Amino acid sequence: MTQKRLTPHTEKTGSIAIIGSGIAGIQTALDIANSGFRVHLVEEKANVGGVMAQLDKTFPTNDCSSCMMGPKLAELANHPNIDIFAYTDVLSLEGEPGRFQLTLKKKARAVDPERCVACNICAEKCPQKVSDPFNLNLNQRKAIYIPYPQAVPLVYTIDKEHCTYFTKGKCRVCEKVCKNKAVIFDQEDEIVTLDTGALILAGGFEPFDARRKGEYGYGRWPNVLTSLEYERILSAAGPFQGHIQRLSDGKIPRRIAWIQCVGSRDSHMGNDYCSAVCCMSATKQAMITKEHDRDIDTSIFFIDIRAHGKGFDRFYERSESENDVRYVRSLISRVIPNPEDDTLSISYAGPDHHLQEETYDMVVLSVGLCPNASTAQLAKRIGVQLNEHGFCASDPLDVVATSKPGIFVCGAAQGPKDIPDSVQQGSSAAAQATALLADTRGSLVTAPSSHVERNVSGEEPCIGVFVCHCGINIAGVVDVEAVAEFARTLPNVKYVTHCMFACSTDQLQEIKQAIRDHNLNRVVVASCTPRTHEPLFRNTLREAGLNPYLFELANIREQDAWVHRAEPEAATHKAKELVRMSVSRSRLLEPLYETSYEVVQAALVIGGGLAGLSAALSFAEQGFKATLVERTAELGGNARTLYYTEDGANPALYVQDLIQKVENQPLITVYKEAQVVSITGSCGNYTSNISVKDQSQAISHGVVVVATGGQEHKPAEYLYGQHPRIITQKEFEDLLNSEPDKAKQLQRVAMIQCVGSREPEYLYCSRVCCTAAIKNSLKLKTINPNAQISILYRDIRTFGFKETTYLKARRQGVRFYRFELDHKPRVNRQDDTLMVSVFDAQLQAAVQLQADLVVLSAAIRPRPESQELADAMRLPLDEDGFFMEAHPKLRPLDFATPGFYLCGLAQGPKFANESIAQARGAVSRAVTVLSKKKIVAEGMINRVDAELCRACGECEKACCFEAINVTQVAEGRTQAVVTEALCTGCGVCNVACPTGAASLSHFKDEQINRMIDD
Amino acid sequence: MASDEQPQILAFVCNWCAYAGADLAGVSRIQYPSNVRLIRVMCTGRVNHGFLLRAFLKGADGLLVSG
Repeated sequence: MTQKRLTPHTEKTGSIAIIGSGIAGIQTALDIANSGFRVHLVEEKANVGGVMAQLDKTFPTNDCSSCMMGPKLAELANHPNIDIFAYTDVLSLEGEPGRFQLTLKKKARAVDPERCVACNICAEKCPQKVSDPFNLNLNQRKAIYIPYPQAVPLVYTIDKEHCTYFTKGKCRVCEKVCKNKAVIFDQEDEIVTLDTGALILAGGFEPFDARRKGEYGYGRWPNVLTSLEYERILSAAGPFQGHIQRLSDGKIPRRIAWIQCVGSRDSHMGNDYCSAVCCMSATKQAMITKEHDRDIDTSIFFIDIRAHGKGFDRFYERSESENDVRYVRSLISRVIPNPEDDTLSISYAGPDHHLQEETYDMVVLSVGLCPNASTAQLAKRIGVQLNEHGFCASDPLDVVATSKPGIFVCGAAQGPKDIPDSVQQGSSAAAQATALLADTRGSLVTAPSSHVERNVSGEEPCIGVFVCHCGINIAGVVDVEAVAEFARTLPNVKYVTHCMFACSTDQLQEIKQAIRDHNLNRVVVASCTPRTHEPLFRNTLREAGLNPYLFELANIREQDAWVHRAEPEAATHKAKELVRMSVSRSRLLEPLYETSYEVVQAALVIGGGLAGLSAALSFAEQGFKATLVERTAELGGNARTLYYTEDGANPALYVQDLIQKVENQPLITVYKEAQVVSITGSCGNYTSNISVKDQSQAISHGVVVVATGGQEHKPAEYLYGQHPRIITQKEFEDLLNSEPDKAKQLQRVAMIQCVGSREPEYLYCSRVCCTAAIKNSLKLKTINPNAQISILYRDIRTFGFKETTYLKARRQGVRFYRFELDHKPRVNRQDDTLMVSVFDAQLQAAVQLQADLVVLSAAIRPRPESQELADAMRLPLDEDGFFMEAHPKLRPLDFATPGFYLCGLAQGPKFANESIAQARGAVSRAVTVLSKKKIVAEGMINRVDAELCRACGECEKACCFEAINVTQVAEGRTQAVVTEALCTGCGVCNVACPTGAASLSHFKDEQINRMIDD
Repeated sequence: MASDEQPQILAFVCNWCAYAGADLAGVSRIQYPSNVRLIRVMCTGRVNHGFLLRAFLKGADGLLVSG
């Protein structure tokens, strides 16, 4: 199956191979495939999905992990430009950037993927039970298996190590029962060589082996679990259907303890770094535990709580104040078993320094993230360097670039990180890899398949209803079977079924099959919110030959099961009514047709700081024009005064170079002292009004990237502004850089952290200040090794590899004093001396520090003009005033408004390299729009009945989007005309229209009335 | 709408804010009484007087238009 060489050898190949298919790999694959390139997605395991597929919920929204992944997995499985090579190993890589040859070994599954329909009969009949690695061996599966119902590709695999036929030479039951003859015992491994332009390593991580920490008893005491095992226990699709129970006796635990930093921040284990996700993961698990059963006591034993991401501190705060999660700051040295009742004892030093012992029914070890062994081996084989911790080494400012050109890295393969950081790095890697191959865009892609649509006009409604269990998300509260039975009694309903996950690939196939078999012409799914899942189901209808608008979702999860958990009967009753309303409405649904319009293949970037400059340049590298609008007279923003980073980069120099590149790039137009006044239009076709030095200018563009930045907070406490030797961290960095001689004189420096961060009014962490304080301390130590530096902190949040910088500072004698929010330090001036007093929460004693200089780690705040800009562009801000992304987990770079993207400090506090990565990631997202010549407009728009319209103009006055105008359509005939690309389908004109001529498709009067009647 | 001893509340909600808010309430597991039914519209500007009067005629005890 060697791919035919489509391009001559000297030219670049328009395809990219991605090794690893967790959430980072999936995002990268989708971005690349949606921008005009072919993707080879290679996964060593039998199916894609990675660790995220094993998670129950995700922080800080507690969204269901597999529900969020569902639409992505379905898109991946059905994408015409993505070839999935699952159960495949990488053998070798030859060639050079733009023209690699990748040799793969497709391992024999002993099942023919073309023939397997995933009916599950083989697994049902297979006599061989083996422990299930997907559920961390907490239960059993069969020797022929798929790991989970939504698996992609949906093909069974024989576990040859355990299959009786492969081990003992007899059985062959699966072969006998498979009606499609898909089981092929003598299937052989296949060697495949592919041309690929670039390679992206996205192999993720491996959890730390908790057995190595023998003192915690993992593997010896049954009720000591790892965090990943606990995740499976919480999951409705897990080994105990989401019921929390002890492994020793199946009883519900009354007290659960989490021990943090197991295998992280641990030099003895060789892991000096922080795993970055475990604090929030434990917080989430404790909160979800409380949701399952409020009476379970949850205690988290930790060193520092690292809630450094967007929305994390609020989440942490909520877990304590609303969910009664208990936090105990203590490193636990060991877990002592009590064999008589299988409980576990933990001792720790209390605040009064006395040893306290507590007994728990279950102990969860928050295991760290370790390098993935196979990624590390592969990296070595293809000449990619690893860092000291064994992750892929990457450039400090260009974090997705490996040591080898043409090979990129993203996600946890680059270092421990959470889902949004993996997703945005995935997009960033996509941008960098496709930039390399920009001139081959479109050369290897297949046009999307078109589906012949069945004409249903004149047919009686024939409705299919699919009621989803969503694991136990819905079925745990609502009697799904009763709802399905009820649906059967409704008029015109011809087919009803209920299923575990309506959005799983196999179930979508069944919906399509049911549409064909029963000649359905309307489909109602009762599951979750249309805001996330409607596109998926509509597409399923399209593939089954039905117009996608003949679909209706009844939201029985977010707006029923989840909000009426204590009233199962009432929730079931409500679910029935919601289904009845949807069925009634569906009877009146009509097919709608989408129109397409040209995309203006240019971008508008707002903000000329590090993020905005990176975005503009990245657009140009992709071959698209960009207009960069900067409010001030100078480009560069905050990065101009960022002189060094903890890992040896120099953002100030980097940004100067970037400014030059941007200004010399013919595809980029820069406007300084310019502001965006208004933006009108729709995705792919916007017109902006920009004021440049008070002159107005109109610009056409297809997409917008908001990179308006942030700024350092000017403190109003700690005598800031009242004494020349009380300065902010940024001012200190400036001093260290520009006046080293003056800095050398400093003998005693006190730094105060969280100034303006993590307070009730600004309940967020500014992410960079701990590292900045430590980095500046180390810098001062190089200038003056005798300087005494004291850092007054609440939690040190040097996540990921930044932890090693913290260690270095401790080793070099920087002193750390921890304070609590209700005992904030005080700064006093006594004549010419500055005194800082603090109550050290560790020592439980007051400490007085004399200081030559007091440095305040001031928060990062949104730009004050954000509100004005947000209003002008109709974009949302979050409660702290930063721009709000479409979804904090899987859409961190998109706005909910199509065609709008965000990056940098405008989105929230972050490091320079994260801003650069986000900017490129935002470009990657935007190029999925720009790379298309035409865009398809929503079919759900207003239509005007020419016979009823009397051209009164009420609709024109009412429309906020200038989408409807009274126009002369023929000689002597004027009527209201809709500009389809601008119409958002809001329906305001319908209400304004006195005659009923304006009628919003999909939300017609009669369609709504029918729901009211029900 | 079926009459019941509990008041029947019907809400017309905007797809972009109030409906999203109701979803968020779900995601956050905020519990509220079950006697409310939501009708999603793309904008509350779509809601005309006729819908409201019709809802009362059909037995709704209270209406909420949120967007």
